[in-house]
Amino acid sequence: MDDFFAFAWERIIPTLDAGLWTSILLIVPASLFGVAIGVSVGALRVYGPRPVVKTLDAYVSLFRGTPLVVQLYFWYFALPYVRIGDFALVLSPMWAAIVGFALCSGAYQSEYIRGGLLSIKRGQLRAAQALGMTPFQSVTSVVLPQAFRRALPGCGNEIIYLIKYSSLASIITVSDLTGMGRSLAKSSFRNTEVFIVVGLYYLALVTIASFLLKIAEKKLEIPGFESKRE
Amino acid sequence: MDDPVILRVENIVKTIGGQRILDDVSFSVKKGHLKVLIGPSGAGKSTLLACINFLSPPDSGTISLDGKAVDGKSRKELLALRQQVGMIFQDFNLFDHLSALDNVRVALVKVKGLDKRAATNRAMEELARVGLADKSTLYPAQLSGGQKQRVSVARALAMDPKVLLLDEPTSALDPELIGEVLTVIRDLADLGMTMVMATHQISFSASLADEFLFMERGRIVERGAPSQLLARDSGSRTQSFCAKLSELAGDGHCEIAPAPRA
Repeated sequence: MDDFFAFAWERIIPTLDAGLWTSILLIVPASLFGVAIGVSVGALRVYGPRPVVKTLDAYVSLFRGTPLVVQLYFWYFALPYVRIGDFALVLSPMWAAIVGFALCSGAYQSEYIRGGLLSIKRGQLRAAQALGMTPFQSVTSVVLPQAFRRALPGCGNEIIYLIKYSSLASIITVSDLTGMGRSLAKSSFRNTEVFIVVGLYYLALVTIASFLLKIAEKKLEIPGFESKRE
Repeated sequence: MDDPVILRVENIVKTIGGQRILDDVSFSVKKGHLKVLIGPSGAGKSTLLACINFLSPPDSGTISLDGKAVDGKSRKELLALRQQVGMIFQDFNLFDHLSALDNVRVALVKVKGLDKRAATNRAMEELARVGLADKSTLYPAQLSGGQKQRVSVARALAMDPKVLLLDEPTSALDPELIGEVLTVIRDLADLGMTMVMATHQISFSASLADEFLFMERGRIVERGAPSQLLARDSGSRTQSFCAKLSELAGDGHCEIAPAPRA
């Protein structure tokens, strides 16, 4: 056991700390883009014109219907071969991962937002329009703030998923927590110790994220939109 | 009676799902007058009101405000019309995530472009007018039905509407809360607000209304002064409808309430 702590202290933790930063640099932008995509796509799927709704429904089916690993392979390995004229887009491993996670997360987020939007009574939209608000103003200043509050638990859930599936970035050569852990495990042959600590790192990240989400929920709480029901 | 006509509704037809909800409805409202729409549910009263501000655009017919016909296809004209026509809904439709003050203020800022301070002052004035200045920080979930409806009146009035449309403003209220909303409506009538109101509060509105419009199956089948339509021997549809309502309510009579303005 002493040996475990010594090894963890001297080898695992310094190695993983380097990967931790990379993971955070993946997770934070991917989840922010994911929420932004989710809110816009969710709102457009409920209030947008028909062709837009159809297109975005297709986007959601595609990204929810294919494995994330396959999507990542596409962004990193296949995209450079997709030529439009003379132009081909080559993404760095980091960007391929961020794009992949954000688009996949956005598809799920849009479902939570859509559910939130549908839970808001239509009458409020009518009232906003009766006051002379444009449809865009009615949605952004009346319906979305309420829908977002209702959707927040689901959106938070999706962010927590994202933290964990960010580990898939390692398969497209990103040296994140999992990537660094795997290299160390390979070179030291101490799989058990390394992956236990890797797991603890993710657990810590998720715990911090849950805590931040709880603060956000509390901050947004107003009468009628409580996070608890008495 | 040479007050100018503010709102003119001509030959409105509205079909929903193959059913003719409004069938060639016309009327006009003069400045400072109150028209009351009466009739059984499903007669088309709510749809008529929603057609006036194009929340439910009419299939054909014309809506004119201040003598100018509104082009329902022009987004700009629609938004301008809705700013000038206030609407009160049966189930209040307050914005649930905003305090009473913000409910009144939001359109002043977003639609009228007032700065925050001017909007706050105006909103507080309107809340005070409906007797809710001390409730300005409360959210809809913390207000009673009557208070919610009064906030929604303040919200509509803050926009300085030329006409106020009221769609059964007391129908969703507990009986003991109806009075406070009716008082606000009576004050508005006394102040000369031009209004079109659908209601089942017949004896109350009879004391305020300039004209009753009795609707049935999408048409206005009777119109006239309340005193004339409600006269016991008038034999009007309005009279028999009113008698039926008051029989159901158990108060056994249907007549004009004593003049309140005296």
